[in-house]
Amino acid sequence: MTATYEKIATTTLGSATTSVTLSSISGSYTDLVLIMQIASNSSNTLFARFNGDSATNYSTTRLSGTGSSAVSDRESNSSTMALSNYAYPLSTLGTTTHIFQVFNYSNTTTFKTAMCRGNSASDGVDATVSLYRSTSAITSLSISTNGFGGTSSLLTGSTFTLYGILKEA
Amino acid sequence: MANTYTLISSVTVGSGGTTSIAFSSIPATYTDLVLVLSLRQDQTAANDGQIPAIQFNGSSSNFSSRTLRGTGSAASSFSAITNILTYGSDPSDFTSNTFANTQVYIPNYTSSNNKSFSLDGVTENNATNAQAALQANLWSQTAAITSITLTPFIGGAAVFVQYSTAYLYGISNA
Repeated sequence: MTATYEKIATTTLGSATTSVTLSSISGSYTDLVLIMQIASNSSNTLFARFNGDSATNYSTTRLSGTGSSAVSDRESNSSTMALSNYAYPLSTLGTTTHIFQVFNYSNTTTFKTAMCRGNSASDGVDATVSLYRSTSAITSLSISTNGFGGTSSLLTGSTFTLYGILKEA
Repeated sequence: MANTYTLISSVTVGSGGTTSIAFSSIPATYTDLVLVLSLRQDQTAANDGQIPAIQFNGSSSNFSSRTLRGTGSAASSFSAITNILTYGSDPSDFTSNTFANTQVYIPNYTSSNNKSFSLDGVTENNATNAQAALQANLWSQTAAITSITLTPFIGGAAVFVQYSTAYLYGISNA
């Protein structure tokens, strides 16, 4: 049987950094799944970009549970995807989990959609859906807690593993 | 090419039901665990039939969670300091032969950090009342997870009924 779920790249941060980029993503898969356990030195939203694109090509709808209420908001024409609302990474490793899925990422005819499930038992649970208005294949994926311009960092020990999902031939 | 998504073990509940489903001696050779559940209890909704409890390494302590839920008519959120899997099983007063479906993702289960894990679940019912839950969970313990046990939250003689299933997968980033 063909393996249909394969590791593409994995990174454990050896030192703090403002962003992580997983690059040279092969176009040979159907979908992508990024599993993240992140610590950050500030309680900031988790952001993502594709292909290093900083133009206002992203929009995101966020649905969250705060522990006391259900809330939703939306950002349009943004230069980043805001992957969290209440489930932002905390300063202690192992306290949050984010699962980011990108669908049909290598096609060159349609815009791209992505989903993220954020989990923080102390602050909230998030489900976000994003649109990237580009027909380019996604070949790199970047993550930051500083909006790709602030001062907060992803801390040592944070883990990022990118998997590719194949349809069986 | 290496297969990174591997079935570790599975359970299908037999006639008469079972008071617990256990996965023991989980090998430390994977990176993450995925638990895929299809459960139903012999308890009514009013008797917590929608709620399984989860234990890691035999412990039901040091769990906390925040949940976003939809009931078919409203959305709300709550927090808990118990080891519950919200809407992780269908209760006995939901449409017969329906089971709740749940996926639990446990990253870095062998790490020496606390264990954050994710739950997405739905109950099934041919009525106006059926639920969906997204739940953020934390087990505030640094020990590697070597066993997982599921029980009806109410405990006692309550059982997961026949044809309930649980599958445990390991995902490797090696």
